[in-house]
Amino acid sequence: MSELSEASGLLGYVWLLVAIPAASAAVLLLAGRRADRWGHLLGCASVGAAFLLGLGMFGQLADLDEHRRAVEQQLWTFLAVGDLRVDFGLLFDPLAAVFVLLITGVGFLIHVYAVGYLAHAPHDQTHESAGTARRRFFGYFNLFVAAMLVLVLGNNYLLLYVGWEGVGLASYLLIAFWFSRPAAATAGKKAFLMNRVGDAGFILAIFLLFAQVGTVQFSGVFAGVAGMSSTVLLVLGLLLLLGATGKSGQFPLQAWLPDAMEGPTPVSALIHAATMVTAGVYLIARSHPIFSANLTLQTVVVSVGAATLLIGAIIGCAKDDIKRVLAWSTVSQIGYMFLAVGLGGVAYALGLIHLLAHGFFKAGLFLGAGSVMRGMDDQVDIRRFGGLWRFLPITWATFGLAWLAIIGIPPLSGFFSKDPIIAAAFDRPGWTGWLFGGAALLGAGLTAFYMTRLFVLTFHGPKRWTEGQRPHESPPVMTIPLILLAVGTVAAGWLMSTSVVDWLTPVFGEAPEPHGLLSHGQVTALTMAVVVIGGVGGWAMFRNGTALAPAPAGPVVTAARANLYGDAVNAALFEKPGRWLTRALVYVDNKGIDGIVNGLAAAVGGGSARIRRLQTGFVRSYAMSMLLGALLIVGAFVAVQAGWFA
Amino acid sequence: MNDFPYLSVLTAAPLVGAVVVALLPRHRPELAKRVALGWSLAVLVLAGAAWAAFEAGGDRMQLRESYPWIPRWGVSFTFAADGIALVMLALIALLVPLVILASWHDADSPGAKRSVPAFFALILVLETTMIGVFAAADVFLFYVFFEVMLVPMYFLIGSYGGARRQYAAVKFFLYALAGGLFMLAAVVGLWVAGGQTLDWQLLTQADLSTGVERWLFLGFFLAFAIKAPFFPFHTWLPDAGGAAPAGVAALLVGLLDKVATFGILRYSLPLFPDAARWFAPAALTLAVIGIIYAALLAVGQNDLKRLVAYTSIAHFGFIGVGIFAFTSQAGTGAVLYMVNHGLATGLLFLVVGMLVARRGSALITDFGGAGKLVPVLAGVLLFAGLASLSLPGLAPFVSEFLVLVGTFTVNKPVAVISTIGIILAAGYVLWMIQRTTQGTLNPTLSSVEPMRRDLSLRESFVVAPMIVLIIVLGLYPKPLTDVINPAVEATLTHVDATDPAPEVPEAQP
Repeated sequence: MSELSEASGLLGYVWLLVAIPAASAAVLLLAGRRADRWGHLLGCASVGAAFLLGLGMFGQLADLDEHRRAVEQQLWTFLAVGDLRVDFGLLFDPLAAVFVLLITGVGFLIHVYAVGYLAHAPHDQTHESAGTARRRFFGYFNLFVAAMLVLVLGNNYLLLYVGWEGVGLASYLLIAFWFSRPAAATAGKKAFLMNRVGDAGFILAIFLLFAQVGTVQFSGVFAGVAGMSSTVLLVLGLLLLLGATGKSGQFPLQAWLPDAMEGPTPVSALIHAATMVTAGVYLIARSHPIFSANLTLQTVVVSVGAATLLIGAIIGCAKDDIKRVLAWSTVSQIGYMFLAVGLGGVAYALGLIHLLAHGFFKAGLFLGAGSVMRGMDDQVDIRRFGGLWRFLPITWATFGLAWLAIIGIPPLSGFFSKDPIIAAAFDRPGWTGWLFGGAALLGAGLTAFYMTRLFVLTFHGPKRWTEGQRPHESPPVMTIPLILLAVGTVAAGWLMSTSVVDWLTPVFGEAPEPHGLLSHGQVTALTMAVVVIGGVGGWAMFRNGTALAPAPAGPVVTAARANLYGDAVNAALFEKPGRWLTRALVYVDNKGIDGIVNGLAAAVGGGSARIRRLQTGFVRSYAMSMLLGALLIVGAFVAVQAGWFA
Repeated sequence: MNDFPYLSVLTAAPLVGAVVVALLPRHRPELAKRVALGWSLAVLVLAGAAWAAFEAGGDRMQLRESYPWIPRWGVSFTFAADGIALVMLALIALLVPLVILASWHDADSPGAKRSVPAFFALILVLETTMIGVFAAADVFLFYVFFEVMLVPMYFLIGSYGGARRQYAAVKFFLYALAGGLFMLAAVVGLWVAGGQTLDWQLLTQADLSTGVERWLFLGFFLAFAIKAPFFPFHTWLPDAGGAAPAGVAALLVGLLDKVATFGILRYSLPLFPDAARWFAPAALTLAVIGIIYAALLAVGQNDLKRLVAYTSIAHFGFIGVGIFAFTSQAGTGAVLYMVNHGLATGLLFLVVGMLVARRGSALITDFGGAGKLVPVLAGVLLFAGLASLSLPGLAPFVSEFLVLVGTFTVNKPVAVISTIGIILAAGYVLWMIQRTTQGTLNPTLSSVEPMRRDLSLRESFVVAPMIVLIIVLGLYPKPLTDVINPAVEATLTHVDATDPAPEVPEAQP
């Protein structure tokens, strides 16, 4: 951690970053129909203002001395009980600044896009006017931005947790935005519940921190890491990791993220691709003193990342719903980020670079998917697309750039962010280097395959549309954000591979010299070979289109189509036993416990007949009992007074 | 104004109001409602003045008044409040007018068999007994209020409730009476063993033998465990909460049941500290079972009001854990939980009542997709649900966090198992929300005419103050914790408990 600087100038107003979108959300959700006409404009303006403010603060932070690039702002005392003291305090440092810019910058573009997207949304499903639905949407969207900014700006774990559950709420509200669709309602609930499982781990980690070091503030906690035993560190890290896997859709809590695609597409872009789902990476990066202090812990994080990146990539190959392919791709790409932050050292910065690059290209991909769906009457099945490049040229071009970026073609951002992660994975000593490096390499090939499949089936090859479809390009309010995100995708990778590492150095420390199994050049060559094989293979297989119904397939494809049985396992292990247990307990409570206690009472009171009589002539009996009670007490007092017990 | 007899006036005022309301003619129900509401608001103002007169950092027992009653027996009308009692008094004074406003039409009936003035008079009588039980500083006075409290509640459930109201009222009464008898025996025993006085202050210095102390503790504890209720004495609550009018149910779980947890803090721990420590593992076990067990049962309910009642039992488990963990965070969290639960579950009961009154049924299967018809009401239901599942940023989170973090420092297994309860809470709340307000619209629902009316102005006056308080206290709980904390610390000194030091002390900033 670097030293704190004086919060002067713009940096004295960090709280405004949270307050502006929060106030806007409150207005949108409380103002009622009055705000239907202009609510969406306020929603965009508030996020835009936060972005400009963030940009100004970023500039001021950069002007500070490299080792004093952090400011704290204590707003008020949140909790003060016994030795526990938690402030509502904000911390603006290089790590937070990067996230603030991503959240508000990409967030602003997606807000603008959403204005166009919602204009054609099926609002009648919820009996709302179009204006009301739009206002509600922007209210939730602003709420999300505010909560996400609390998450990345809090200077202690409890505030991080407040933002953490806040984004979970916004995610729930937005997944279930079309709440009258049963699938959307179920998906929202599933997301919240699986997140809560992770959150339980996170909150236990906070308890453990307080028990260990008596504080939950970052500075105090990290100062105390050296004094913790390795067992405590391991448990602490695993609990934090559980929280991170829940929020980021990582194994074993990955199943909710693809279902979250039930939400409107801008939600998928902002929350379930660019920002919220990367919160787990933020948590681990923020807690790097804890994770770096225990080797076992790092291995677990790397394993989770490697397993998830393969799970996501394999399932991504087998899906036919354009948004689900992208969702599984998100799961997989975040796996790369987990892999990177698990490697530790300089790889923290690599994970964050990939996070930023991913924020741009995946947002672009989702928004492009939304543009395609809009042009194709909400069709999501890629088997029903084909040849769309001629009809949606801007969408095709921007989507294409993002496709090249995600599969890691130089000089786009994905190349600069993913390639070093693969190289770093090979840097691990011994067989683990081969294992994790190999997994990352295999993932890169699979990514090239499924993304090429998606791109080709959607934009090229023969038309496989349903009757009467007339694809058309989206209006400028949607295409301009697409273009800007594409520009970011082209520019960002190269920019970030140089400056972001330097920027984050004070946070994570200097990089040790690599001592790898393979040189960086060898890894790059291998990666490019794998990517080309995957990409060309995908193009060759699907350039003539595909069958409209799922073809019979071998065990791997069948398993991938069933999400590698993740949902089935959850159902068998938790859902069904849970339902059975609940039903059994309801029965026991109604018959057993109630019966026993009633029976006991009846026995004491002289049989159930007496109880029945009490029920019928109740008031009389009640008076009787009170009288008896009074007599008893008076008698006792008199007895004592008379000295019978003396 | 510090010599003003706040507590006795506060106790008596609603009773006077009740008499006035009861004397109003039956055929002028509107007048009775307005007088009752006005009167309860006046009580609220008075409670505000009492709050202002209370010094947060001052003596433990403040606003003390004492009048002779039965001097021969050492029994007196003694009132005094510590921070714990004060916040509960404020909560009572706040909730009663809101419940009166929410229950505006609950006593109306076409057959006119039920008296409207009597209903509102009973609520005011209930307010008197509830204020009295929290303001009493004499064990006998406490006991009297504890028992008398049942009477207005019995009639409110038995005369104004829904289906099975007679069964529920009787069950409620029998359980409470049974608990009361245990307490009565313990009170008499205490009087004998404690030097023939029932003054709280004097009794805290009494020297009891181990055996006597344990028996007396058990007597009080049984009464409180039934009242709260703790597992396995809980089965009366779903029946009572399910049958009572929603406003009355809100008073029952939001305020009346808190007497039990308050009683443990005020009487069981200071008067029987050694026994409290001895029984603590057993009490913690019951509380933890309650958290998990009641949450699972809540998931399985198909009746909205019974569901809320079960969530309440789970929440009382958290309060129990907080009390018996014996740390300052857990104890303060438990008291704060009592307040926040009153707000959150009170709101939940009231909103559920609004839905049930429209639909004419409390069965979840009779709803479905209601958010389409009554979007604002559905939004308030969601808010109340989120408060109940302790969403961070809302008041109940603060108390749940304090309870769990304080417990974790001394008893990890209990804290870890209790934490599972926060996952289950998300389950029962969100599943209830989904089945009630989300999904496809239940076709019969739109044919029920009242279901087309969203939140009325009267109803928004009920929910708005609670929503505001839940948010404000969720972000800035300090005004409450500053009042509660000294009283909890004092209670902990009775049981001789101190907070453990952090295991890596050098990390303290």
